[in-house]
Amino acid sequence: MAESSNRAAHPTEKAIQVFRLQGANCASCVNKIERAAKEVSGVEVATVNLADRTLSIRGDAEAAAVTAAVEAAGYGAEIVRASARELRERQRAEEQRHYHQLLWRAALALGLGVPLMGWGMITGEVGVNTTFQQVAWGLVGGLTLVVLVFCGGHFFSGAWRAFRHHGATMDTLVALGTGTAWLFSMLVVGVPQLLPESARHVYFEASAMIIGLINLGQAMEVRARGRTSAAVEKLLELQDVTARVMRDGEEVDVPLEEVQVGNQLRVRPGEKIPVDGRILDGSSTVDESMLTGEPLPVKKNKGDRLNAGTLNKNGSLLFEAEKVGAETRLAQIIELVKNAQSSRVPIARLADTISSIFVPTVMVLAIVAALFWFNWGPEPRAAHTLVVLTSVLIIACPCALGLATPMSVMVGVGKGAEYGVLVRNGKALQQASELTTLVVDKTGTLTEGAPKLTDIETDSDADELLMLLASLESKSEHPLAEAIVDAARDKKLALYDAENFEAVTAHGVRGRVHGKRVLLGNRKLMKRENIALEKWQACAEALSAKGRTAMYAAVDGELAGVIAVADPIRKDAKEAITRLKKLGLSIEMLTGDNQATAAAVARELGIARVHADLLPEDKEKIVGELQQKGTHVGMVGDGINDAPALARADVGFAIGAGTDVAIETADITLMRSSLHGVADAIELSKSTLRNIKQNLFGAFIYNILGIPIAAGALYPLTGILLSPVIAGAAMAFSSVTVVSNANRLRWFKPASVASDRKEAK
Amino acid sequence: MTVEILVNLLGLGAISGIIWWFWVAPKRPHAEAVAVEEKLRIHVRGGVYEPDRVRIKAGESATLHFIREDPTPCAEWVLFPDLEVSAQLAVNEETTVRLPASEVGEYSFHCQMQMYRGTLVVE
Repeated sequence: MAESSNRAAHPTEKAIQVFRLQGANCASCVNKIERAAKEVSGVEVATVNLADRTLSIRGDAEAAAVTAAVEAAGYGAEIVRASARELRERQRAEEQRHYHQLLWRAALALGLGVPLMGWGMITGEVGVNTTFQQVAWGLVGGLTLVVLVFCGGHFFSGAWRAFRHHGATMDTLVALGTGTAWLFSMLVVGVPQLLPESARHVYFEASAMIIGLINLGQAMEVRARGRTSAAVEKLLELQDVTARVMRDGEEVDVPLEEVQVGNQLRVRPGEKIPVDGRILDGSSTVDESMLTGEPLPVKKNKGDRLNAGTLNKNGSLLFEAEKVGAETRLAQIIELVKNAQSSRVPIARLADTISSIFVPTVMVLAIVAALFWFNWGPEPRAAHTLVVLTSVLIIACPCALGLATPMSVMVGVGKGAEYGVLVRNGKALQQASELTTLVVDKTGTLTEGAPKLTDIETDSDADELLMLLASLESKSEHPLAEAIVDAARDKKLALYDAENFEAVTAHGVRGRVHGKRVLLGNRKLMKRENIALEKWQACAEALSAKGRTAMYAAVDGELAGVIAVADPIRKDAKEAITRLKKLGLSIEMLTGDNQATAAAVARELGIARVHADLLPEDKEKIVGELQQKGTHVGMVGDGINDAPALARADVGFAIGAGTDVAIETADITLMRSSLHGVADAIELSKSTLRNIKQNLFGAFIYNILGIPIAAGALYPLTGILLSPVIAGAAMAFSSVTVVSNANRLRWFKPASVASDRKEAK
Repeated sequence: MTVEILVNLLGLGAISGIIWWFWVAPKRPHAEAVAVEEKLRIHVRGGVYEPDRVRIKAGESATLHFIREDPTPCAEWVLFPDLEVSAQLAVNEETTVRLPASEVGEYSFHCQMQMYRGTLVVE
């Protein structure tokens, strides 16, 4: 036991190869094949699965050697190379087959049920009083049994199997309902004298119609369900089938599964990138919208990362594979989305509890209602009892209840992936819709995260001054220095070599550039060097008030001007903040920066509350304090520095490029580095939750109204009972309705996208 | 008159039978749970998992092999809500589901609609 569970725990660590077997159909073949396979060198474990006629090999054996060994033992073997996509296609075909099967069953059952119902309605002769009628209806009863077995056999076998496991499913209800109607009718046919004359009716048409309608409903459900997974399908289609690998200087097309880490690959313009990697040669623009939701193509040069599934637009690229197969970002996204799609949402807990006891409860209710009609109902009591019993069993629909949330989550989570919003699970989705406060980290979220030169104020030539300062700063390692050097590079200014460079701690830098004495630093540095500040002081203070870091520059002992560096606010941050406010969130900003800089950014973005001068651990504390006040807190950060705060928050949004760390820690990961993603995610969660509530409401109301009506609650008003056929139709289409309503979410569009479209028009 | 009593008794008998079979009986601890071994396959067919009580060891990750023989969409997913694990099951294929190491206890697993139900016994 210990050994076997140990082995079972590591089957994926070594490569598994699967072979399809031919000619293996008895237990003794299993041993023979396993023994033959184990003798091949490199095979550690060989397991034959008789159920699906496959042989699984663990170890690093040659596939051809295994095939040969199995063939030598007298059987056929063929390696199965099932990519996720191939598997998907097979499943699609399987689904299609099931769909047609259901349609056929529906057609056959309705083919009997509809004429029978027509006969009953037109002639009214469904009673059994003479011997001729007994024989005629007996034949119809036989035909109905054939229909029950051929078109509804799966309901009966399913019900029986579940029954043996102390379980009751929808099959149980259908089998009981149609079975009861058939048995009662056969009783009427066989021994009519047992019943009063007014109750000698047959209900064969009800059995056949119900089976037909429910099959039809299931067929439609299969169709509608197929559409709910469209998003994952789309992601799967991004995976290419082949890749062009460089082998001995030649380009060879190989199946994707054969690409290995370290292979060099070539992608031509207009082709999809097959695996994750890094560019070795060439440059191009790459459309990453399918992964990030970012509409603009991204420029990629040597050394930049490429992601599988993205589209190479215009240049030819040579790159090295770094991650293949299940390791690629795309594969991980698919995995995450699939997992989230099937996770449960807390709001559905009540529905879950109810659906677990639903079927037996309905059975009890049906008997209680039937007994009521039997004891106290008007004549014909026997007929009424049967109709009520059948209708209650048939109309109750656990499916609608059980499907209400999973279907909406499926579509909602998939839709998110389309816009670069990856939701970890149903719980995160629900909590995102309930947020009241959003805490946003400044650096990298509201701002670009890297300082840039914003201002250069001088009386003389600005480029000349920038050239001198950049030359000087190119010797410095200060982060602000990089901003200045970058600005000079952007302007294509040639830099000189600085001599006598000196960094004066907490003051600035000085040195000689192109024969000139250059100083760059704060007020203290200028004071120390006895340089008059008056001319530019007001300007510098104005820049500081805007939250920028202003520095004085002096050349040859004269103050030459002021330059300012700041971490620029992201272009779309303000608009996104406005959107978030409109969604009813109060926004708070967190930053490790000083109060003045923080306040300036907050002012510009219209954020009222600012927490500045924070250490990383303070962020988590602030989130905790807000939660204690009873607010539902969402936290937006980059996922690396803010991990504890992200984890503490009700919903942690990791923003920006979707680093692997972020995907692992955050509740919601935004592939696009824009705060708009947060607004998109919240809008999506609100829409999804609204959809879930509609579905749950519909399913509850349907059952709460449907069961009493089927039990005859309307009889005193209308004088008739609900026909079991109508009950069957109602039940068949209630679950289709739920799935269709969930499908409406597919039309969801975040406000940002909608407004982009408007502008485009 | 006798018929009426008979029918009523039959009805009441059926009600108590349902309550006993579906609610009382399954609550009794069954001794039998099938241990996960290399060759254990959990078949998904006709509304049930077979076997529907599966035993794994506490503190060790485990792999379950599901074979879905039932093409109805209800059988498509298997969820282990407490372990946050879920898997989409392929029809007539073997789907492996990796379970993380977990604490001693009983965890339910089921399909999206909770019609198919099973219990994972961690001991």
